[in-house]
Amino acid sequence: MPEFDYFEPKDLVEACGLLDANRGEASILAGGTDLLVKVKEELVEPRYVVNIKRIPGLSYITFDEEGLKIGALTLFRDIARSEILRDKYPALHLAAQKMGSPLIRNLATLGGNLSQSSPSADSAPPLLVYNAQVKLVSSSGERKVPLEDFFLGPGENASTDNEILTEVQVPEPGSQTKSTFMKLSRRKGMDLSIVNAAAFIKPDSSDGACKDIKIALGAVAPVPMRAKKAEQALIGKKLDPASVRKAALIAQEEVSPISDVRASAEYRLDMVRVLTEKVILELL
Amino acid sequence: MKHSITLDINGETYEVTVEADDLLVDVIRDHLDLTGTKKSCGSGECGSCTLLMDGAPVPSCLVLAIDAQGKQITTIEGLSKDGHLHPLQESFVEKGAIQCGFCTPGMILASKALLDENPNPNEEEIKTAISGNLCRCTGYKKIIEAIATVNK
Repeated sequence: MPEFDYFEPKDLVEACGLLDANRGEASILAGGTDLLVKVKEELVEPRYVVNIKRIPGLSYITFDEEGLKIGALTLFRDIARSEILRDKYPALHLAAQKMGSPLIRNLATLGGNLSQSSPSADSAPPLLVYNAQVKLVSSSGERKVPLEDFFLGPGENASTDNEILTEVQVPEPGSQTKSTFMKLSRRKGMDLSIVNAAAFIKPDSSDGACKDIKIALGAVAPVPMRAKKAEQALIGKKLDPASVRKAALIAQEEVSPISDVRASAEYRLDMVRVLTEKVILELL
Repeated sequence: MKHSITLDINGETYEVTVEADDLLVDVIRDHLDLTGTKKSCGSGECGSCTLLMDGAPVPSCLVLAIDAQGKQITTIEGLSKDGHLHPLQESFVEKGAIQCGFCTPGMILASKALLDENPNPNEEEIKTAISGNLCRCTGYKKIIEAIATVNK
């Protein structure tokens, strides 16, 4: 591997100071399951690696009346086992179980998955339909960015090179809401998504029509995205195979998949319709 | 820049001098001659470099040696005691779950972690637990059997 210098800051202040001192030349090391692969392939060549895993207090899953807070260093293994998430945020719970492999999940962190900003990141569609925001910390303070504004392109996000993503915040989902996640991949285990999708619905209590719906798709655009036109087609409508089919066809107009080693653009486009339908119908 | 680090492996303490970019799998294999842990894909996908860190199976090709300080590491060499094979190792041998043997250390450690938490896993749970470990020889059937029957 290419050489680098290595630091283990003991707190966020020290970590932010290191990023400030080495702007553009330092990479944050959390789980390492993306960073080290990229360093080995020389896609990233950090002069300095800042290991943030020794900073206490960044790994937690808490839920109260304000909603959910997940520390950026929380492992996918723990997200996949969380009863809070299983009960209140099942789309994220499922996504964490399907990301990578059990070995990867023992190292990979939520903050790392979001920060790498792969269009196919499995944690992204669930967090998008749950309206998540991320907290970014630097030596100048902290700010919050809605997740739907965070992803800017493949591997690109709104954080600057001296900011650390420390927490993911998700509002309380509300009663009677349902959500789920689906991942299409060549293998059941240890594979990147060909297409992934999450849906969140809130039925109207009086007539059962759809009061609110959020649909998010990954690996079919430069960023994980919400299919907002498809959502609009369903708000206020009764959700049934016919209405969902119409919305799924609209979702196909909102995506821009590419062909790569995992699938052709045409197949991905077809699977956008299939997964959009399935991920909503599953909740009815 | 060289760093002097201490690694806790199989209950023993090792002092090694490493570069920051040295990987745990390489330090274990090359500096410490513990070659039971194998190297293959280098990207955490094949599982041949699996070892246990604080009881959890991880791909050691994606762990910096310097980052492994303070962790209890178990390699395949740490499983047998006083020349006696661990029950999982015995089961793999008896059930014919080993052909070339390359995936075996990783498979055994991944399944040890499963059984430490869940002594009676069903087939789906076993398959999930070893889903990060590839085997090119056996077709997995005997491996799953070996894991399923080890406590019986």
